[in-house]
Amino acid sequence: MLSPVILFPAVLNGLMTGAVYALVALGLTLIYGVLHIINFAHGALLTAAMFAAFFAHKLLGLDPYVAAVLLTPLFFVLGYGLQRFVIGPAAHGEDRNILLVTLGLAVVIENALLYAFRADTRTINLPYAFNVVEIGPAFLAVPRVVAFVVVIFVALALWLILRLTDTGKAIRAVAKEKLGAELSGIDVAHIYAVTFGLGTACLAIAACLLISTYYVNPQAGNAFVLIAFTIVVLGGMGSVAGALIGGLFVGVVESLSGLWLGESLGQIGIFVMFILVLLFRPSGLFGERA
Amino acid sequence: MKGLAPILFAIVALAMVPLITSSNVVINFLVMALLIALVGQGWNLLGGYGGQYSFGHAAFFGTGAYVTAILQMRYGINAWVGFVIGIAAGALVGAVIGLLIFRAGLKGSYFALVTLAFAEVLRIVASVAPITGAGVGTLLKLDLRPEAFQFQSRALFYWIILAMVGLSLVLTRLIEGSRFGAYLVAVRENEDAASALGVDATMVKLCAMTISAAMTAAGGCFYAQYFLFLDAGIAYGPWISIEALLAPIIGGVGTVFGPLLGALVVKTLGEVTKLMTGDAPGLDLVIYGGVLILVVAFAPRGIAGLFADLRQRFGFSKIGGEGSRG
Amino acid sequence: MSRSTVTRRHFLQTSALGAAAAAGVLHAPAVLRAQGSAVKIGVLHPVSGALSYSGQQGRIGAQMAIDEINAAGGIKSLKGAKIEAVLGDAQSTPDGGNAEVEKMNAAGVAAVVGGYASAICLSASQTAARYDLPYVVDVGVVDSIVTRGLKNTFRFGPGFGIIAKTALDNLVTINEAAGKAAKTVMIVHEDSAFGSGLAKLLNAQLPERGFQVLETIPHPTPTRDFNNVVLKIKAQNPDIVIPANYYNEYVLLARTMQQQRVQPKGIYSVLGGAASSYKFVKEFPEAAQYIMDCNHWFDPKNQKALELKKKIEAKGDFYTYEVYMNYSCVLLLSDALERAASADRAKIIAALESSTFAGHVMPYGPTKFVNGQNQGAAPVNTQVLNKDIEVIFPAAFASAKAVFPMPKA
Repeated sequence: MLSPVILFPAVLNGLMTGAVYALVALGLTLIYGVLHIINFAHGALLTAAMFAAFFAHKLLGLDPYVAAVLLTPLFFVLGYGLQRFVIGPAAHGEDRNILLVTLGLAVVIENALLYAFRADTRTINLPYAFNVVEIGPAFLAVPRVVAFVVVIFVALALWLILRLTDTGKAIRAVAKEKLGAELSGIDVAHIYAVTFGLGTACLAIAACLLISTYYVNPQAGNAFVLIAFTIVVLGGMGSVAGALIGGLFVGVVESLSGLWLGESLGQIGIFVMFILVLLFRPSGLFGERA
Repeated sequence: MKGLAPILFAIVALAMVPLITSSNVVINFLVMALLIALVGQGWNLLGGYGGQYSFGHAAFFGTGAYVTAILQMRYGINAWVGFVIGIAAGALVGAVIGLLIFRAGLKGSYFALVTLAFAEVLRIVASVAPITGAGVGTLLKLDLRPEAFQFQSRALFYWIILAMVGLSLVLTRLIEGSRFGAYLVAVRENEDAASALGVDATMVKLCAMTISAAMTAAGGCFYAQYFLFLDAGIAYGPWISIEALLAPIIGGVGTVFGPLLGALVVKTLGEVTKLMTGDAPGLDLVIYGGVLILVVAFAPRGIAGLFADLRQRFGFSKIGGEGSRG
Repeated sequence: MSRSTVTRRHFLQTSALGAAAAAGVLHAPAVLRAQGSAVKIGVLHPVSGALSYSGQQGRIGAQMAIDEINAAGGIKSLKGAKIEAVLGDAQSTPDGGNAEVEKMNAAGVAAVVGGYASAICLSASQTAARYDLPYVVDVGVVDSIVTRGLKNTFRFGPGFGIIAKTALDNLVTINEAAGKAAKTVMIVHEDSAFGSGLAKLLNAQLPERGFQVLETIPHPTPTRDFNNVVLKIKAQNPDIVIPANYYNEYVLLARTMQQQRVQPKGIYSVLGGAASSYKFVKEFPEAAQYIMDCNHWFDPKNQKALELKKKIEAKGDFYTYEVYMNYSCVLLLSDALERAASADRAKIIAALESSTFAGHVMPYGPTKFVNGQNQGAAPVNTQVLNKDIEVIFPAAFASAKAVFPMPKA
């Protein structure tokens, strides 16, 4: 069981899967780090994005990678609108209300998709989906390798946006010191919405990367939410680099504990690690904060 | 004691329902609503009064349910005894988890997420451990005798869950008026200040979590007796954690009647939307979710808070709403 | 819709919340039951939530049967009374199923069909038992559904016990025909009642049949990634892989095996979620090729079954087992109604007990219930051959010969 022939591919697989987790977590950690809210609608928004990617392929014949270019700005606008016109006004700034509003949104989105498209599982069969990259004993599906590379670039881009642009600086200011930022003339409601939009845009990219190897139905996105929360905490809430490293790390841990404990019990590895980290190092394993 | 009269009134009024209607649809509906009210009251004690928002009350619900069921099915222990042990086991799990979390000083979102993780760990363990029947689940034997805590009549089940809700209301009211309750609220409002005044914040939160867990576990025990089937997803799944926080937040956190009001409203809303939309899958839940958002938008302090606002506006009462709108 | 009267009554019942004013209305269903111009049947499925695809498919099948019965003149012994469906959504939870049965009972249904998932069937049939309400289980394969001694509960389809036994019998036969090419197996199963229960039985019986179980891998539903499972399969190199899981996971597993170029001598699923699904074969013909499955399947020599297939496909739906199982269950029930010549629940139960119904579309022969289990119910072995699904066992229904071991690509 421990032979490198199986261990090596398992670690690589973990990294590939972890990259997509990281991207989902990136959106979540941004929203958490700035708005300090736990966004229950994240999974449903991912599902919506996956449906969008699916139909872009089915109706417009767009390759998911091309669709990403289109869907990313679209979902940015959607996220911006949701925060600015729904979540923000409805929640009155109370944590518990934000919780309920995002929960309500999740219910609405998931079931609107169910109502519109029914529960059928939909998949895309791309000619290159079964092509593999051979690295030693490991066969890595091409879409997964592409996803890995894209995620690294997205994380880098996000990091640069936060560091170098004015909006990015404003986002970081609001995250650190909301009142101070407000006093220095930053439009907090706008920044909140921009952040939510960025988080949602990450989901659009994640969806386009996932759709070629995964499937979509009205529940599909939920499978990624809990794990994304774990990553957000491990990486330190609000940290872009943390989410990336955390995602890759969780992917590998999941892969290895699945190998040793079986897929069912293997899921426990992530949560135990999560609990231990919270109990002993609540600022996250990779403490840097955005 | 002051404040107990409205509880008595509410419980007596609800107790009359089976005398008025023999419809089991109504009774069954109310049983589910009361079950959520009980589970939600557990959440409210810790979340509402103590300010510790848990996402993982399934941990206690599931423990109560499984312990009751396993004791009966595997060890032949009487259902009523199993019921009590189930509640105790839930309380114990609450105490242990609480001890770990509060000693580590976790608050806010960290607290929420770590409770969620604990519930997930238990769910995964239950889905593979032989004693819970692993994936196959645990089926309780159908045995419609009062000794076995099973009743032919839905009304008896109804009165039992009502009595449990009544007890939880009284207990919450008593805690609210006690020194312990005052400490709890003080810790919620400002933990540092409370500690400075000599309140052992960790101990206070730990006690609240234990009582909270016991209440929620009682709901789990009842679920096992009422439905006679459990699997890992039912017992420890996120659904019950969400129901547990939905009811009190909609009803009004940190109020005695919040969870009961919230549970009735949420469950009624679920039924009404289902009937309005006919047989189109999903449409009812779209409206349900939408109304949920509207309720939050227009009653940010829950329904209890809305009542308080209305009363204040129309001058029926001197008592103003507590807290601010933030 | 036909349900509007029921709808309004429910609305009053639940929204009034026990208010005294509602009392008069609440007793109405008893009156309604006596009317007799239509017979109401509860059609219960999880049409929202995690199981909604299967639930919706089941509903399609049941409604198709009801429409056909009504178009053909309704229940003749009841003066051509039409069947009226009271649709229920179990929301993929046992308590959802329970609540719906309560409503159906109050609406005065004569019987209930459906449930789909084992947990829902367990809870819903038990609730129905309180009112001596006949309950016909469509799929629910856990055997405790019919071993609890509930007089009202009838399962038309096979349970685990029979499925595992048939699967093993046929596996042995196929293997012997191939000169005992296979000796080792790996089981990959989902970890809830259905997959675990099955895996337990297979684990107990495979060694007795001369197979060595190299490893049993449970996985949750949903599972996001099957690369590790496939790695393990690759490392252990079993002759046969036995998957038992739901559609999505099955497809992911099969696709990953194709990707990782893992080719055992055979993929022999038992209740494989996708292995005998037209949808899977259509969407992933290469991954599906040569996969064998022991599953619910219609009688391929039955004219009615083929007509139904055409009708369903003409509507743009897939002809899945939920469809024809539910279709058959409703026909079975209408036959019982016909013979009971009454919507009286006890009479319907008696009619189901003595049922010898052969007009369904499954390869079960005439129904015969012993303690609520249809004795003839058994799964069928299929194999994906040239982008179609062929029956390979039992011989009486077979449309092709098993191809085993799989030819190497």
